[in-house]
Amino acid sequence: MEIGPILRALSRNKLGVILISLQIAFTMTVMVNAVFIINERSKLMARPSGLDEPNTFYLSSTGFGDQFNSQVTERDDLELLRNTPGVIDATPINAIPISGSGSSDGLRIENDPTLPATPAAVYFTDEHSVNTMNLTLIAGENFSASDMTYQSSNERRYYRKAIVTLALAEKLFPEEGLAAVGKSFYRDQAPVQIVGIVERLQAPWPNSFFVEQAMLVPLNFTDATSTYLIRTEPGQRDRLMVEIEETLAGNNPDRIIRGLKSLQETREESYRLDSSMATILLVVIVTLVFITSMGIVGLAVFGINRRRKQIGTRRALGATQLQILRYFMLENFFVSGVGVSIGAVLTIAFSIALSSLFEMPTMDWYYTPIGMLLLIAIGQIAVLGPSARAAQIQPAIATRSI
Amino acid sequence: MFLYYLRLSALSYRRNPILSSLMVMAVAIGVGAYMVIFTLNFVMGGDPIPQKSDQLFHVQLDSGNPNTQDDPPKQLTYLDATALIQANSAYRETATSKISGILEPEGDGIRPFSIVGRGAFADFFPMFNTPFLYGDGWDQSADRDLQQVAVLTKELNERLFGGADSTGETVRLHGNNFQIVGVLDDWAPVPKFYDINNGAFDGSEEIFIPWNLIIPLDFPRNGNTNCWKTPEAGPDGFLNSECVWIQYWVELRSGDDEAEYLQFLNNYAAQQKEFGRFPREMNNALFNVEEWLMKEEVLPNETKILSALAAMLLAVCLLNTIGLLLSKFLGKSGEIGVRQALGAHKGSLFLQHVIEAGFIGLLGGILGLAIAAAGLEGVKVLLGDNLMITDWIHLNPTVVAITLVLAVLATIFAGFYPIWRACSINPAIHLKTQ
Repeated sequence: MEIGPILRALSRNKLGVILISLQIAFTMTVMVNAVFIINERSKLMARPSGLDEPNTFYLSSTGFGDQFNSQVTERDDLELLRNTPGVIDATPINAIPISGSGSSDGLRIENDPTLPATPAAVYFTDEHSVNTMNLTLIAGENFSASDMTYQSSNERRYYRKAIVTLALAEKLFPEEGLAAVGKSFYRDQAPVQIVGIVERLQAPWPNSFFVEQAMLVPLNFTDATSTYLIRTEPGQRDRLMVEIEETLAGNNPDRIIRGLKSLQETREESYRLDSSMATILLVVIVTLVFITSMGIVGLAVFGINRRRKQIGTRRALGATQLQILRYFMLENFFVSGVGVSIGAVLTIAFSIALSSLFEMPTMDWYYTPIGMLLLIAIGQIAVLGPSARAAQIQPAIATRSI
Repeated sequence: MFLYYLRLSALSYRRNPILSSLMVMAVAIGVGAYMVIFTLNFVMGGDPIPQKSDQLFHVQLDSGNPNTQDDPPKQLTYLDATALIQANSAYRETATSKISGILEPEGDGIRPFSIVGRGAFADFFPMFNTPFLYGDGWDQSADRDLQQVAVLTKELNERLFGGADSTGETVRLHGNNFQIVGVLDDWAPVPKFYDINNGAFDGSEEIFIPWNLIIPLDFPRNGNTNCWKTPEAGPDGFLNSECVWIQYWVELRSGDDEAEYLQFLNNYAAQQKEFGRFPREMNNALFNVEEWLMKEEVLPNETKILSALAAMLLAVCLLNTIGLLLSKFLGKSGEIGVRQALGAHKGSLFLQHVIEAGFIGLLGGILGLAIAAAGLEGVKVLLGDNLMITDWIHLNPTVVAITLVLAVLATIFAGFYPIWRACSINPAIHLKTQ
């Protein structure tokens, strides 16, 4: 093996080594951290909301004028919706999961406002919500129609029953599990009984730290605006979105229908920043790998051209083509090795900086070694072409003058 | 001389087109990508109202929860906002908040539609330098007398009146007639400093009405509302509650004004403490626009992370350029040797190569502009229409200038070592083999 000569040759071209290894180091830092960020974002985007998202949509009705009666309108609308063929169920609701806007409350297990409160998203809705959202009730029971209360959204809110998510039940009553059904917590210094527990239902804010803590409450607002969440049979959603909007808009001149949207669109919009970030990072990674490979190729070609005569001499003295190829591949391997070693340090430093500055999770240990191997592989692939060309140099060149 | 060197640069480019093009591309990609992120940071982190950002102050009264220790609430309660307005200080000031309503256009041409508006005081318009296409804002008497007047945005005026001067016309909103007194020209500050509670990069509301009308006409609130204590029962429960939902701004022209106004706020808070409100330690605050945006960190983390990554991308491209310039200039050793032997001064050789590097940088910068423009279009497509207003995402003159200067300077900087190496060769060696 020609390790000694390679190292001696490299030590005479320190700048070239520094340039390429720094490029590799920076490329690795960006690539590894970007891949980590992309993975983290995809994990966030993959969390289920608990709803039957592909078959769910929603719209709002807002009344105006003196003729408008919101309670009658809402009752008629819901009856119509629930009896529409293809609709599985519909429910009035104050906020849409994942949408980014909603209402939250602070809950305590004792009636003492100085104690820290457990935050939870509140969905004001009715007894059809569990079925409409396709939630899995794992303990207790659903609301009944007689549990419903109605009031204006500007008034002090009264509710005495709630269906909570398992995550919220565990947060309020640790280690009780499903036995939390029947227990009460306090909100606004009044007790609320947990009548049921659902497996999963996300809060409306995907980036919130309490995204899994949500509850359903049998309370409905009598305001002029009602929002209906509607679940359809598979494949019926798009047709029903159009038809239901038309029907509702046409059957009452004193209101308008707005905000028609499927839950899939809502998810896409709510995670738009995350998906844009992932795309931008992907472009950055591809660009960087391209530029760095070009740099490696460029300097390899430069180095080979400068040493054409030496290569010819070696060939004339009996070196095989394979040995020439191996020489340049090994040379690149050493330079890459220096690069990924610096890169490993930079990568970890940058990742620590990111996690401390932006409250991001710390990178798993295996990202760095995988990144190192990957960049060495990229270097070897990039240098393969120029090295193969170098191996083609004729021994006869040694006998010619420059 | 300069032109001669420039011609030499062009000649040298043509002699080695692949290597030179690679360099131009490396500079272009690095600078282009960096400028995409820079533009986002520059505008999103920029000053939305540079003429007055140090005179407009965001008011915070600490009416918060005594059991927590966070910052004072970002908005005011109804009680406090109305009290501050009624105190009628000597300064321009406005309480403001978002509303929504159904707008019923006249005639049968357009169906009623839902609209997001903003309640404000007369001072809102002169304070925030809003440009008017037609008419003007309303007078303070309109605030006092609860006159039903309105200011429309250009888009809404376009939609309702086809862009004609609509001042004097009426518009029916939330079941009430409003007389139009003014139409705004394009106005969408980025960030939307006057209300960062409801999307710091959202567009402007479409209609403005006197804030005093929100309660009497029962307009639905449309924006962030935070209550640390549940409102009492009854119709006035919410108005008398500790719920915050109103932004408050005041224009103060000097440090003295600022001190005086803060004193006024503190006096008010002390008085409220006597009534049993404001249970926390006194912590009222005035922040001017820049301080407020800085404190609230409106710049998304994403753009900060991206700018660090883009800087590294630029570094890789420049390292690449150094390598390529080295190859190129060392390849010119023969030519340099001849020029030196013919008596060329080292300084002029140096200058020639600085100009050559700058020439490559300039080409890279121009191509970089195209890359940046394309990149910004791409970002706009990625962000879509609903996340935030994206009209500002394009190259602006400042960014164009910075891009070109950055490209030229960065390439010259990258060229220093290669130039130095090229100029310090021994001419004799290179003459021998000619």
